[in-house]
Amino acid sequence: MNATTVMNPAGFEMPEAHRRLLRWTIYIGYAALVAGVFHGLAQALAYAKVDILKFFPGLRGYYQGLTAHGVANVLTFTFAFANGFLPLLTARALGRQLRAGLLWATFATLLLGNLLTIYAVTTNRASVLFTAYAPLQAHWTFYAGLALVVVSTWIAFANMALTLRGWRREHQGERTPLLAHISVASYGMWVLASLPVAVLFLAFLLPWSLGLVARTDPLLDRTLFWFTGHPIVYAWLLPAYVSWYALIPRQVNGKVLSDSLARITFILFLLLSIPTGIHHQYTDPGISQGIKTVHLIMTFAVVLPSFATAFSVMAALEIGGRARGGTGLLGWIKKLPWDDPSVTAQLLAMITFVFGGMTGLVNASYVMDQVVHNTTWLPGHFHMTVGSAVALTFMGIAYWLIPYLTGRGLWSRGLALASSWIYTIGVLVFARGMISAGLAGMPRRIFRVAATYDNPAWDLGGKLTAIGGTLMFFGIMMFFVDIGMTIVAGRRGDQPKDIPVSETLHPAAAGGWERRLDRLGWWAVVAVLLILIAYAPFFLTYVPRFVSPGYRLF
Amino acid sequence: MRIVAIEKAYLGVAVVLLAACLGALLYATTQRNIHLPGHAGDVDPAAVAVTPPFDHPGVRRTGPASYEAVIVARTWYFTPSEIRVPVGAEVTFIATSGDVIHGFYVAGTRVNAMLIPGQVTRLVYTFPVRGEYLLVCHEYCGVGHHTMSGKVIVE
Repeated sequence: MNATTVMNPAGFEMPEAHRRLLRWTIYIGYAALVAGVFHGLAQALAYAKVDILKFFPGLRGYYQGLTAHGVANVLTFTFAFANGFLPLLTARALGRQLRAGLLWATFATLLLGNLLTIYAVTTNRASVLFTAYAPLQAHWTFYAGLALVVVSTWIAFANMALTLRGWRREHQGERTPLLAHISVASYGMWVLASLPVAVLFLAFLLPWSLGLVARTDPLLDRTLFWFTGHPIVYAWLLPAYVSWYALIPRQVNGKVLSDSLARITFILFLLLSIPTGIHHQYTDPGISQGIKTVHLIMTFAVVLPSFATAFSVMAALEIGGRARGGTGLLGWIKKLPWDDPSVTAQLLAMITFVFGGMTGLVNASYVMDQVVHNTTWLPGHFHMTVGSAVALTFMGIAYWLIPYLTGRGLWSRGLALASSWIYTIGVLVFARGMISAGLAGMPRRIFRVAATYDNPAWDLGGKLTAIGGTLMFFGIMMFFVDIGMTIVAGRRGDQPKDIPVSETLHPAAAGGWERRLDRLGWWAVVAVLLILIAYAPFFLTYVPRFVSPGYRLF
Repeated sequence: MRIVAIEKAYLGVAVVLLAACLGALLYATTQRNIHLPGHAGDVDPAAVAVTPPFDHPGVRRTGPASYEAVIVARTWYFTPSEIRVPVGAEVTFIATSGDVIHGFYVAGTRVNAMLIPGQVTRLVYTFPVRGEYLLVCHEYCGVGHHTMSGKVIVE
C-alpha cells in the first residue's frame, strides 16, 4: 500500500552525504535571496527619489543593480530552492534514495552557472535585466551562466524522474504517492517549459554574444523568452503549491482534502501553464491579435486550477483548525498554529497571493493590460506572487527544512514570526504604492531619481513603495539572521525528525480512471499538443528577420 | 459528501466568472474596437532613415478628423519629441525603433506598445480630453532610459 510508504518513514533515512548536497544547493538560493534584496531596497527608495546607490561600493549604475535583483531573486533563489526541495520530497515520498552523482551534478552545475552570471553582472558586462531583451547584448558568460542554471534544473528533474521510475518498477499496480506525483509533475512542467529559453540562449544569444553570428531577431528572441517566461512563474509557484497541498495540512493538524483533486490540479498546471506566454506580448507588434486571443483564453483557463487550489487548501486548513478546537464559521482560523513560524509565513503568503492572483487576471485581460503594461502596476503585481506567495512560502519552509537538513533546531521562533509579519505588511504597502502609481502612469524599470520627467501624481505611490520596500528588506534580513544562526548555532538534535507529510481525507483510489492520473508521460504528450496549438500559428507563419547587431549601452 | 457538492458549486461559479470576464474582453475587441498592435509590416532598422514613412517622421492630416503620427525611437529620444493633435480626432500612431527595443506609452491612456527593431507598431487612438500628455519610453533601453520622453499635446 502506498499509504504506508508515505506515512511511515521507517526504513528510510537520507544519508548525510545527500543531505549535505541538498543543503548546499538550497543555501545558494537563500544567499541569492539575501544578496538580491539590497538593490531591491535601493529601487524602492529610488521611487521616492531617495538615492542610496552611492553607498553601494562597486555598483556602476541603477540598471546593473536592477539586473542583479532580478537574476538573484527570481532565477537563482527560486531554482536553487526547487533543485533541493523537490528531489528531497520525491525521495521521502517514495522512501527511495536519490542518486548521489546527480545531486553532485545539480549542485556543481548550479554553482558554476551562478559564478559565470555573477562575474558578468558584477563587472557590468550584462546590465540587460533578467529579461535579457536583445538587441541589448550581454557578455557571453551571462547567457552561458543562466543556461547552466537551467541545465541544473534538468539534472535535478532527472534525479527525481529516475527515482520515480525505479519505484514504479518495484511497485507495479500501485498508485504513485501523492507527494511524489505532484513534485515530479511540477518540475516536469518546468523542464518542458524551459526548452524555448534554452534554445534562445544556446542557439541565438550565446553565438551572437561571442561574435559567431552578427545579428539576431529581437521579436523572435522575445517570443522564445516569454514562451518560457510565463510558465516560469508557475515553476516558481508550484513548489509553494506542493507545500500548501501536501505539507501544510500536516503542520496544522488537517488533512489533504482529496487525492484525486490534488493530482488533477497539478496535471492542469502541466497542461495549461505553457501555452500562455504571448499574454506577455499583448502590446508587441508583429504578432496577430488572433494568436494573442488564443493565449488570452489559455491564460484564463489556467486560473481554474488556482481557484481549485484556493478551495482545497482552505478546506485542509479548516479541517485542521476544527481538529484543534475551532468552532463556528470562522473560529477555526484563530485556532490555526499561528505560533509556528513555518505555518504563519505560508498562511500570510496565501493571503497576499489572493491579491497577486486578482491583479494577474487584470494583466491577462488585454484591454486592461494596455493601460497597465510596463507601468509600476506590474512589479506591484508580481511582488504579491513571486515576491510573497513564493518567497514567503520558501522562507516558511526553511523554518523546518533547514533544521531537518542540518540537524539543528531553529535559532529563534520569535524572530521568524516577526520576519514573516513585517515582510507581509511591507509587501502589501509596497504593492499598494506601486499599483496606484502605475495606474497614474508611472513606468516601471526607471531610475526616478535621475528621470528627466516626473508627475506629482506618482509621489504618494512612490513613498508607499519606499516604506513597504524598507519593511520587506528588514523582514528578509531578520530571516537571514535567523537561518544563519540556525546553521551555525542552532541546538543540535532539536530538529524535526521527518518531513511533514500529510494524510488524505479522500485517499487515492486503488483502481479505476484515477490510475490514469499517474501516467505523467502521457500527460506531458497532451501538454506538447496544446503548446503546438498555441504556438504553431506563430512559428509557422513568422519569417525570422535577423536584423539587429548587439548594443552594449551600459 | 457535502464538501464535494460545495466544491463543484464553487468551481462552477469560478467558470462562470471567468467566462463572463472573457465575454467582456471579446465584446470590447469586436464591438468597441479596442485593438492590440498586430501585423503592421516590417522595416530594416539600419535603413529606417530612408524607408517611408519613417524618412519623414511627424504628424500628417489624413482626413477630416483623422491624423497619422509617424515616430522613430532611438536611444534615447523620440523623433518628433512633440506631437500635436486635435481633441476628438482619430490618431494613427505608426512607430518603430532604429536600434534597441523601446517602449511607447502615452501616460494615462491605452496608447501603450512596444517598439521592436525590425517591426512596425501601429496603434489607433482618439484623445477625448485636451491637455499635455507625457510620452515615455517604458522599456529598459540602456543607461539613459529614464531620460527618454516626449509629449503629446492635445488641443
